[in-house]
Amino acid sequence: MNINRRAFLKTTGAGLMASTFPMSLVKIAFGGQGPAQDFTFGYISDAHIQQIQGNNFVRNWDMGLIRAVREANLLTPRPDFFMFGGDLAQLGKKEELDHGLEIMSNLRGKVYYVIGEHDYYLDLGEYWQSKIGPLRYSFDHKGVHFVTLNSILTYDSWIHKKWGSPMDRMLAMARLDNPNGSPFMVGEEQLTWLKKDLEKVNRSTPVVVFSHSPIQKIFKPWNFWTQDAEKVQALLKPFEKATVIYGHVHQIEYNQIGNITFHSVMATAWPWPYPESYSQAASCLPKLTVNMNRADPFFERDATGWQFINMHNGKVDVHYQLPDNKNRTVVFNSKIGKPQDVDYQDYNSQIPPQTHF
Amino acid sequence: MRKNRKVFSVSFVVLMVSALLAISFSIQADEFTKEDLERWDTEFMTVVIKGEKLFHSALGTNKVSCDQCHPNAANTHPETYPKFQQQIGRVVALFEMVNWCIQNPLEGDPLPAEDPKMIALLSYITYERRGVPLVPGKH
Ligand SMILES: [Fe+2]
Ligand SMILES: [Fe+2]
Repeated sequence: MNINRRAFLKTTGAGLMASTFPMSLVKIAFGGQGPAQDFTFGYISDAHIQQIQGNNFVRNWDMGLIRAVREANLLTPRPDFFMFGGDLAQLGKKEELDHGLEIMSNLRGKVYYVIGEHDYYLDLGEYWQSKIGPLRYSFDHKGVHFVTLNSILTYDSWIHKKWGSPMDRMLAMARLDNPNGSPFMVGEEQLTWLKKDLEKVNRSTPVVVFSHSPIQKIFKPWNFWTQDAEKVQALLKPFEKATVIYGHVHQIEYNQIGNITFHSVMATAWPWPYPESYSQAASCLPKLTVNMNRADPFFERDATGWQFINMHNGKVDVHYQLPDNKNRTVVFNSKIGKPQDVDYQDYNSQIPPQTHF
Repeated sequence: MRKNRKVFSVSFVVLMVSALLAISFSIQADEFTKEDLERWDTEFMTVVIKGEKLFHSALGTNKVSCDQCHPNAANTHPETYPKFQQQIGRVVALFEMVNWCIQNPLEGDPLPAEDPKMIALLSYITYERRGVPLVPGKH
């Protein structure tokens, strides 16, 4: 019964007739475990809303975001807030950002935003800041310190080189496999800001960083990479509990570096191959990561999704909501100090679609 | 016996004529130079680069390009074709899957197998996978 109902909901685009979403297996906040409380938040990322012409947008990417918003609206109990992880637009156009924000406006609850490279490199974040807000900021919620970074900056010499037009720059950065691209970075000015921001925070307060690019070095050719990742990691090192959640990679990744736990989030638009699928360059995908299933292109939404995140004892459990596929759950195992998939972490429990080549 | 001799002499004449023809038209079927090799490589790479451009441009009606899902043509697996594609229900060649992508995510019209654009796309896809052993049929 439960399985049928779930399958039904999944195939009908999150049945609007249902008042609760079937996987509200969220652990609700309980008090008395120190100052950091347990709570949940939702995470939607990489919508890549793409204008064709005028009011015409790519239907496939629209549907990904619309579906995520519809499903997230069925979460019960309501999450405390939502995060959007960047790449709302495909080519940073006003029309794309406006259209994306219009879809996002149907999401019930407070939404915070991270900027992605696809939102930034047309006008260097000008329209984004006028419509959405600052590109970096921090806030506190129920005893957890949250920091949002603009991690998709790059060398000034690349940003300001002689481009034919701002759109040429945008197109150069939008091309993931561009051999003339430029690595993402947080930059010295922002690192100084981050250092100051974190100085005020007690070392026992859990810290969660939101960024668009991974604050770790996985694969430079596709910018699954932040050039000054180690400098950000060094600022997080003194904290007892630190977590980084990032978008951009359109795939499931998780890792542990020292005290810092890393989680990626899925795209609503399309999946990206794991770097190991490109045979001409070496990659450093975290060994800990159990891959998402290989995408079935005949199911438009396969290998896309969104997530709800359980803040538990200051660490993060990520619940990947994957249309047309089995959901995945990656939780922080405090006994071994690493994130683990609850079903597939053991090699013997892994399945053939998780092998990418 | 007489018959055999006749066959022999006819064959001999044919052989002699062919040899003379070969000399007079200077056919050298199995010899090529370093310059030839370079030229053929350049010809191929020109088509690869053309394919790379097509792979990164809108081939359908909705501005979506192949590289949006397949950076460096990754996850296209040219080494596994021809293979059984369960959703199509038969063994298909790579160009048929390329056309599937052009028709569906790119919302465009399929290209004939021998279309220079299709050949360029296949050249780029295969070139990005160079060195990987063939595994026909592998899913
Ligand atoms: Fe993205
Ligand atoms: Fe991105």
